[in-house]
Amino acid sequence: MNDDEFEPPYFHPAYRATVLRAPRHPPVRLPAEWFHHAGGPAFGQIPVRPEDADLTRQHSGAPLGERIVISGDVKDSDGRPVRNTLVEIWQANAAGRYIDPVDDHPAPLDPNFTGAGRCLTDEEGRYRFVTIKPGAYPWQNHANAWRPAHVHFSLFGPSLASRLVTQMYFPGDPLLPLDPILNSIPDPRGRQLLVSELDLDATIPEWALGYRWDIVVRGRGATPVDP
Amino acid sequence: MTPTPSQTVGPFFGVGLLPVNGPDGVRIEGRVLDGAGEPVADALLEAWHGDQFARCRTDDEGAFHFTIRSAPFLNITVFARGLLRHLNTRMYFPDSAEDAVLSLVDPPRRHTLIAKQDRDVLRFDVSLQGEDETVFFA
Repeated sequence: MNDDEFEPPYFHPAYRATVLRAPRHPPVRLPAEWFHHAGGPAFGQIPVRPEDADLTRQHSGAPLGERIVISGDVKDSDGRPVRNTLVEIWQANAAGRYIDPVDDHPAPLDPNFTGAGRCLTDEEGRYRFVTIKPGAYPWQNHANAWRPAHVHFSLFGPSLASRLVTQMYFPGDPLLPLDPILNSIPDPRGRQLLVSELDLDATIPEWALGYRWDIVVRGRGATPVDP
Repeated sequence: MTPTPSQTVGPFFGVGLLPVNGPDGVRIEGRVLDGAGEPVADALLEAWHGDQFARCRTDDEGAFHFTIRSAPFLNITVFARGLLRHLNTRMYFPDSAEDAVLSLVDPPRRHTLIAKQDRDVLRFDVSLQGEDETVFFA
């Protein structure tokens, strides 16, 4: 397996913002063990309350949209569960609008939806969020550009090498083949790793559809990606 | 197992990735600049050393600041819209001795890793691209 084909490059002109932001020098490669000597960040200062994992109960009313459960395992690339690690998510509302003041998409805000959640993985490395399915939204990268529905994920894991920020997509979304951000990953198998699966076992009958998405962070056996 | 691929943090992370103040100590100030020398107004930086952790975002001028206790160096992780993967770098304190990592870097580029004393603060700018491109590590 060529690891490079599973990670996006920095420079990917189809995603316009990379053009002036991608470093042009190759990274200086450090000995493989270096990242693991750098103990992971102490995220203990970021408070995590149980209610932070349910994005549908953060306001006085229920948010509009399709209620969903997103759950899965977090493992390292050596196959070990990653326990008690911080998972942070953020997303647009059902109309495709973020609460962030920078978002100028003229779709309605939802007074009952902030769109941010966090949890710690349990003793088996599992995480679980209840939220609503985000909407697609336009993003001006090129003519008539629309992002497929996605949820942003941030994970820490045990070391500097395991830090991961990525996006989870939904199965069958017709916007997936058109998205320059997802398609920056050269290998289609790498792209597929970011697409969740409908999970009837995680579904709460008469209440919320389940989606399963497993996450793998770099473990001690993994080398840092090439430029 | 194949690691889950990275995707950009995008421009709207503010609600999800909240700032974290580091411990009282040295104040670090800097800017994040793109290849045209323009401010990057939507970058997120994380600084860590040992059990210290700080996280902050840039403002409209590309400026950021955080506090942390003095150390030989900080591990700095940079996220931004337009970065499909985050970047790893280090900020060395001005008086730190050369170490094994710094010695791997071409001498003409080492200065991009060393903070400068500016009265009461340390200045550390991050250039994603361009003449003074910061050295990043993998």
